[in-house]
Amino acid sequence: MIDVFMDEKFIGEVENQEDFLKKVKDERQKGKLPNTLNIWYNDELKEVHIEIANGRVRRPLIVVEKGKSKLTAEHLKKLEANELTWKELFSQGVMEYLDAAEEENAYVALNEEDVTAEHTHMEISPSIILGLTTSLVPFANFGQSSRLNRGSKAQKQALGFYSANYLVRMDTDVNILHYPQNPLVKSFMYDVSKQNLHPAGQNIIIALMSYEGYNMQDALVFNKGSIDLGLARSTYYRPYKAEELRYAGGLIDEICVPDKEVKGYRSEEDYKLLEDDGIIFPESIVKEDDVIIGKTSPPRFLGEIDEFSIAANKRRESSITMRHGEPGKVDFVMVTENEEGMRLVKTRLRHQRIPEIGDKFASRHGQKGVVGLIVPEADMPFTVTGVKPDLIFSPHSIPSRMTVSHLLEVLAGKTGALDGRTIDATTFSSEPEHDLRKTLLELGFREDGTETLYNGLTGEKLKAKIFIGNMYYLRLKHMVANKLHARASGRIQLLTRQPIEGRAKGGGLRLGEMEKDCLVGHGASLLLKERFDSDITRIQVCESCGMLAVYDNFKNTQFCHRCGGNIVINTIQISYAFKLLLDELRALGIGPKLNLKSKYDDGSRTQRSK
Amino acid sequence: METVAKEFEGKLPQKIINEAVAEAKKRSCSKDQLKKIIQYLKEQYDDARITAGEGIGIVTAESFGEPSTQMTLNVFHFAGVAEVSVTQGLPRLIEILDARKEIKTPSMEIYIKKEFNKDMNVVKKVAASIKETKFADIVTEFTINLSKLQIEATLHQNRIKDLKLTPDTIAKALGEGLKNVIVTSSPNKITLKAKDAENELMEIYKLKEKSKDIFIKGIKGISQVLPVKKDNEFFIVTAGSNLKEVLEIKEIDETKTSTNSLFEVLAVLGIEAARRTVINEAKKVIENQGLDVDIRHIMLIADIMTTSGTVKGITRSGITSGKSSVLARASFETPIVHIINASLVGEEDQLNSVIENVMLNQPVPLGTGLPGLVAKMIKGAEKGIPKGKAKK
Repeated sequence: MIDVFMDEKFIGEVENQEDFLKKVKDERQKGKLPNTLNIWYNDELKEVHIEIANGRVRRPLIVVEKGKSKLTAEHLKKLEANELTWKELFSQGVMEYLDAAEEENAYVALNEEDVTAEHTHMEISPSIILGLTTSLVPFANFGQSSRLNRGSKAQKQALGFYSANYLVRMDTDVNILHYPQNPLVKSFMYDVSKQNLHPAGQNIIIALMSYEGYNMQDALVFNKGSIDLGLARSTYYRPYKAEELRYAGGLIDEICVPDKEVKGYRSEEDYKLLEDDGIIFPESIVKEDDVIIGKTSPPRFLGEIDEFSIAANKRRESSITMRHGEPGKVDFVMVTENEEGMRLVKTRLRHQRIPEIGDKFASRHGQKGVVGLIVPEADMPFTVTGVKPDLIFSPHSIPSRMTVSHLLEVLAGKTGALDGRTIDATTFSSEPEHDLRKTLLELGFREDGTETLYNGLTGEKLKAKIFIGNMYYLRLKHMVANKLHARASGRIQLLTRQPIEGRAKGGGLRLGEMEKDCLVGHGASLLLKERFDSDITRIQVCESCGMLAVYDNFKNTQFCHRCGGNIVINTIQISYAFKLLLDELRALGIGPKLNLKSKYDDGSRTQRSK
Repeated sequence: METVAKEFEGKLPQKIINEAVAEAKKRSCSKDQLKKIIQYLKEQYDDARITAGEGIGIVTAESFGEPSTQMTLNVFHFAGVAEVSVTQGLPRLIEILDARKEIKTPSMEIYIKKEFNKDMNVVKKVAASIKETKFADIVTEFTINLSKLQIEATLHQNRIKDLKLTPDTIAKALGEGLKNVIVTSSPNKITLKAKDAENELMEIYKLKEKSKDIFIKGIKGISQVLPVKKDNEFFIVTAGSNLKEVLEIKEIDETKTSTNSLFEVLAVLGIEAARRTVINEAKKVIENQGLDVDIRHIMLIADIMTTSGTVKGITRSGITSGKSSVLARASFETPIVHIINASLVGEEDQLNSVIENVMLNQPVPLGTGLPGLVAKMIKGAEKGIPKGKAKK
């Protein structure tokens, strides 16, 4: 007897599970049972499970019976002529939706050729195992799976042409590639998913060789000539917004050139770019901390009275300024209203981003790298015909990562460029390698894609033949211009007196827990102390009670809140964070005391009253 | 020769001296040559020793931490022979270092005494007697009789014969294990019926599932046995562990039989054996992953874990609670508890360790921060050096 469960609840037993399963499936196809029902038999536990609950992921498969696919040429013809719908394929029993459980009982063939009498189902296409972006990777079946994941991840970060109306949009973090191209080597999915309407890369010439060691460890060497011609050039847009908010008591913000009486007034120089309405004029060149939109706000607290000024003038300055380290030009200014009918100003800044050392690039095969050197065109290696690569890629990036698809794309790209056509590189059904080689040979090139190159600096012939060809390269959105940061001294936190965090605020770089461990491990004790000196403080400690004492530098007197004036105090140097800890413990009602001893003492410590 | 050896006694481990003397005798070296050899050995030995002020704790932590980050990227966390699977890699290492009481895959290696070792049948017999037999293992089919509202279990005749069981003994074991159930036995069938007559279908199903887990025979906890032949010697690998009861079996070689459960070793064999088990098990994990951590790091960890007499894990309830410094304890998880408890008894922090001194921004007593300055003090200098006297 076999137990039957419905949504994991025991509902009865059956004698013969095979008949039962067949009957249920037949009823489901006929529509007497819901289409969303799935059934499977667990041979190990001898249990039949029926699932009708929500939230199960299901996928369509073609039904196979007696070693023959139920989807015939006739079906396909009708589908093409729009005489047959997707739904009808299911009611006719040509296709079925399986969930993860029912799949356990199915034997699914990848291709129609593989179908045997044992098979129960067939995939729609073998490339269906890949997702949308992964199927855009050319020659994916020649690459390692983890590299495919990284390749599709890179494509999501690539700069391109995301929307045709980007000029009237106010999106944050927008990058537009100046000359986007469609790839020479592309998969079937590229056109199907309409990627050709918003391409995100450029076809460039790459050479696999080293260059003065500047392309070690995934670094890339770029040709300055190519960059000057606009290779991978992009524009970065950032919107800035100001709103006139309404506060309690009828007070409102005002977008204007702030009055000199306003609290926190900068200087006349700072407001010089603003027009009379307080908004910056288009095409003005701005740098960090410049005012873009002038704004004043009412005082934070009502009844805030400033003794030395007239009561009416206590508005705050609250202008919108440029972010740290991001210069640019004002691209677009828009004045409109928000939901409450208040004035809303939006401006958009534009900054041209020319590739520089530290910018990130990637191919579609999970081969990412940053620019390590930009070489003058004259110093680049060249072929017999004078072709110079746009990019030099390190050959050491290939063997351990096993991205054969990367090499194939170079070969296919070269063939495509020379033959004047695009190459199909769909997963599992790409143009075969030997065809590419044959075409190259016919075009008068070496079939393996290598060429003789000459040293750009000396003009000598390079001994090795260099693999050179075309490839679709992506510029990724991570650019040094947005990340570069250093600090010597600067703002500190009010509470802990330690440097503040974050690039935007000009914060410090943290020497964290693990970095500390590293210094301790090396026994660099005094260096470690010096590193943590950022919040060093001197405090006075009372000799007799061990609590904090007060030293009045002005009167040259000292006293302890507990022991009075006639005391001995010591000044010690500790981190402010520790002083804060002591203060907080005191606030909790715990009284930490500091028992001091001389650094040069023999170890016997002075006794203190507790 | 012996005089030279005597000279170095106590300055070098005796084992190294003995080895050098033995080797010197074999190669007929002169007394002077031997002296030079041992002198050189001493230099090498002293060089290899850890210098004062070396942060061995943190170096051990880093030496363990670095490979374990590598292990997170590794997928091979489980391995084993046939049906006996063993946790490996990072999960196992965490288990050892945390000193978990209940480990994921307890396992034993049971060796057989030499006199029985040659005979495969003896090994098989021992293995069969160890294995825990549950009711489900000796039943071919369970049927729920809906009309009589009872469960009928058909017995596996061959298996019963192998295990020397009878339907009556099985019924007895079932009666002990299940409450409020009437058990009746016939030569090839066991019938279970709940005592309270009104039974829902779901209840009967639950009873059926419960009866499958009833212990019938063997040693409790040992769910799988697998006799293995290695280097002409048989031993039994098990899933599940029960060191105490296994050691009572007379065919077993108790000097070699081992388990991977720290606390069983601690309970049966004592703390030194538990320390050795920590070392062996941690070493096994690291070697299995193809990594290389110096044995002395593992030994340090094992020492710290067992120095209190019981096995303590590297956790906040384990070794961290044994630290003498309040601030050091408070800096690692649940600070409030430590600070409150310290304030209740008026604890004093001597600031002798690393973390406290980092918190106070003082040089840590390690490496360059360790040596102090010996200075001759002028009387009354605690209150500051009087002017003009400083030069003296």
